Amino acid sequence: MRVEVQAEPFVPGEQLSKFHADRIDAGALVSFSGIVRSDKLDPVNMLEIEHYPGMTERAIRAIVDEAVERWQLIDCLVIHRHGQLFPGDHIMMVATLARHRGAAFAAAEFLMDFLKSRAPFWKKEFTAQGQRWVDSRQEDEAAIDRWSG
Amino acid sequence: MKQVEVKYFAWVRERIGLSGELVSTDADTVRELVVELRAREQRYELAFSDLASLRVAVNHTLRDLDTAIEDGAEVAFFPPMTGG
Repeated sequence: MRVEVQAEPFVPGEQLSKFHADRIDAGALVSFSGIVRSDKLDPVNMLEIEHYPGMTERAIRAIVDEAVERWQLIDCLVIHRHGQLFPGDHIMMVATLARHRGAAFAAAEFLMDFLKSRAPFWKKEFTAQGQRWVDSRQEDEAAIDRWSG
Repeated sequence: MKQVEVKYFAWVRERIGLSGELVSTDADTVRELVVELRAREQRYELAFSDLASLRVAVNHTLRDLDTAIEDGAEVAFFPPMTGG
């Protein structure tokens, strides 16, 4: 299980090839990558991601451990960037490797839901009008609740 | 008195104007620590004015306001997280 919290950019395709090389016991690979989004009517020039260095990796590992156990994953990868990012940049990626696709899809969604509101990252958008912290959304909490029980 | 390492992130950090500080306190819980900090100055009062929109970590784990704090603990205050 690999967890990387880094300022440096990464290329999802390269990471994915490395991730599942030599794993012939796996029948399913699912990956997701989050990208910095801008809006034509309200352009974002830059996204700054702050994190809590002492806690971030530990929090992500706890989420990964739960996903691995719950869906019996063969392997799992999480990369999340911090610092200054620009529209089109890859913010983060998750990849899950399992025997069958059901587990790989579900675990990837679980990881995304928890990374969104349980890993200590905060996004700030820089626009022509100024800077603003991105608010968490009610739906993000609801997304967490659906995994309980 | 306990010594507690307090950390602030995102808009909590900006409102207080510090990313962290060493605090001497008699507080037994995070909630009591918040009461002490709020009484300090306007900028703390402002940062802690809406407790429902704050999250707390004690020793790098998410906790609630009623969590006990011990000497040497690291207590962090921040808004809801926006990762992913």
